[in-house]
Amino acid sequence: MRGATRDAGVARRAGIDWLYDPYWRGVVFQLALVIVLLAIGYEIVANVAANLKKQNVASGFDFLGRTSGFDISQKLISYENTSSFGRAFWVGLLNTLLVAGIGIVLATVLGFVIGLGRLSPNWLIARLSLAYVEIVRNVPLLLQLLFWYFAALRSLPMPLDSHEIGAGAYINRRGLYLPAAVEGVARETLLVAALAGIALALCLLVIARRQRLEHGETFDAGRYGLAIVFLLPLAAYFWQGAPLVFDYPRLGRYNVEGGLVILPELAALLTGLVVYTAAFIAEIVRAGIVGVPRGQREAAAALGLSRGQALRLVVVPQAMRIIVPPLTNQYLNLTKNSSLAVAIGYPDLVSVFSGTVLNLSNQAVEVILITMAVYLALSLSTSLVMNALNARLAPAGR
Amino acid sequence: MTDAASRWERPRRLPGIDWARDNLLDSWSNALLTVAGLWLIWIVGAGFIDWALVRAVWEGEDGRACSVPGAGACWPFIKAKMGLFLYGRYPEAERWRVGLTYALALAGLGPLMIPRVPGKLWLSLYMLVVFPIVAFVLLAGGLLGLPVVKTANWGGLLVTLVVASVGIAGSFPLGILLALGRRSALPAVRWVSTGFIELVRGVPLITVLFMASVMLPLFLPPDITIDKLLRALIGVALFSAAYLAEVIRGGLQAIPKGQYEAADALGLSYWQKMGFVVLPQALRLVIPGIVNSFISLFKDTSLVLIIGLFDLLGIVQQSIQSDSKWFSPETAPTGYFFAGAIFWVFCFSMSRYSAFLERRLASGERRE
Repeated sequence: MRGATRDAGVARRAGIDWLYDPYWRGVVFQLALVIVLLAIGYEIVANVAANLKKQNVASGFDFLGRTSGFDISQKLISYENTSSFGRAFWVGLLNTLLVAGIGIVLATVLGFVIGLGRLSPNWLIARLSLAYVEIVRNVPLLLQLLFWYFAALRSLPMPLDSHEIGAGAYINRRGLYLPAAVEGVARETLLVAALAGIALALCLLVIARRQRLEHGETFDAGRYGLAIVFLLPLAAYFWQGAPLVFDYPRLGRYNVEGGLVILPELAALLTGLVVYTAAFIAEIVRAGIVGVPRGQREAAAALGLSRGQALRLVVVPQAMRIIVPPLTNQYLNLTKNSSLAVAIGYPDLVSVFSGTVLNLSNQAVEVILITMAVYLALSLSTSLVMNALNARLAPAGR
Repeated sequence: MTDAASRWERPRRLPGIDWARDNLLDSWSNALLTVAGLWLIWIVGAGFIDWALVRAVWEGEDGRACSVPGAGACWPFIKAKMGLFLYGRYPEAERWRVGLTYALALAGLGPLMIPRVPGKLWLSLYMLVVFPIVAFVLLAGGLLGLPVVKTANWGGLLVTLVVASVGIAGSFPLGILLALGRRSALPAVRWVSTGFIELVRGVPLITVLFMASVMLPLFLPPDITIDKLLRALIGVALFSAAYLAEVIRGGLQAIPKGQYEAADALGLSYWQKMGFVVLPQALRLVIPGIVNSFISLFKDTSLVLIIGLFDLLGIVQQSIQSDSKWFSPETAPTGYFFAGAIFWVFCFSMSRYSAFLERRLASGERRE
């Protein structure tokens, strides 16, 4: 097109006619844009340097090695207040990934339930699902998080009146106290068994799929796979002579002691994120299922499939093609929204790193750039994985 | 499911009963679900009415009135703080200026939103040019003998609405430019637009707000300081523009190629082509998506509390957490309920309006 307009440009005479040539105009415009952006960039860098010099802040990433001097309430890897800022970064990142991972699974389940509920033939269930979606979607997530943390969880008993909820677990305002498996050989064996179970189940799924595609034999790999995932660790547990020792939480002088603690911040953040995101996922699921042509369901019924079978074998696989791309967006939104943790004090990446570390180290530029880079990397890698999944779901030969 | 035969033989009864039989009780599993649903409605609905009306405290001077065991919603808290929630620390003698601004906005927006009212061009001009200037003078003061009210004293719903409307007004043109840039034939323009959009969409709003509040002052020459509210506005507008750009790009892509070619054939320049031919059609196509972006933006304004501004949620949160006079177990639920209800009314009406526009546009398409 560019060449065409050049040729079509009325016979270029010498002089100022190039001013009216779209090609040269484009070049000039782009050059101007690049120069302006570079100038702004230079100005910013110069200003930052001048401002930092005035505040006596050294730039660079050396601060990551300095001792942090603060504690973090929830850590998945060992961390003390003598650890470095860099270690604090990893603690925060893992906490973000933990909440995003659990949140995505739970929000998907709840979202599918409510999305299917909106299409239920039962009038009452459909209306209730609609009410849920319309109420939850139209209230800011931050408000919901504050509500769960400062209002809902405050109705729990004080530490000294801890409520025992059975199986040796306690709940109070400071958290949910569960029996914890004590460190030992058994735990490693169990972990290996669980991983092996998952790997075996995946193999089974792949083989079953190949069998179905090549020979038309159906085999309920999902059910057997699930059985393997649960039975293998169980078998390993008894093979070891049921050696697992639990550390049961017990009432201490000031609070419940021992056991595995689930912080109220984590509970509130998870509840808020799951409840909020599920409303959006429900709408996506509904749109996806409505988007499957009616004839598909009728054809399934004509083949003698039950309603559940038709939904599971015919409708949902086709709906997934419509559902997956916007679902990816919701997963990314949930991950990004988990940064609201800072408002209720859950030690996620933004709270630990862009909050505490930034204030203690005064390295605003570096800290914010690193934080943004992490979220960008998370977004881009999730997009990649989900795009690959979507490509697999796409119908063959289209 | 009732099969045709039994339906035929069934004697006619009251329509309500037949309806209930078909929609609620047509199988055992459905009847069970209906019972579960009714139980849920009873638990939530009755629990709410009990809390908000029956056990609620209506009169009181401070939090002690709401601290009695078994007390429900603490309405005196809302009553006492109403001025704060709506205006922040805007001086009481000057609050008429905020009210007048709201009235002027409604006078412009109301007729603009009703399709039948004529004179849309003049109304848009009023809303886009006259109103912002008048509103700025009214709210900030300093002219025409109006005393200056610093933005540090603005708060509550006022800040929420200012951030949302300036965010909308700022992000809309920027979003259009970014969308056009992303589809531009000029590679440098395309790369810059795409890079900006993907960068902003890949990070949480909080980090953008942190950047606006912490890093923006560093970017500027040392002797220039900008207002905290303005910094938040810039952050919100930039963030929202990236999302809006993707919505608008969808509309641009949906316009048939023939429209672009026809405009070229007529000899229109790029801006004439886009302004007179492509954008009017593209924007109309994506009105629902644009309104959805505005709803998100409206909800996202609540995040400014994290960088220390007192929007509606920020001021409610502050009153709950740090006003010891109103300390009671019921203060927090009541405050959050109040703020939530206001946000809900705004967002829900926006989404209903969007649905109305969508239906109207769809019927317009069908007629053609």
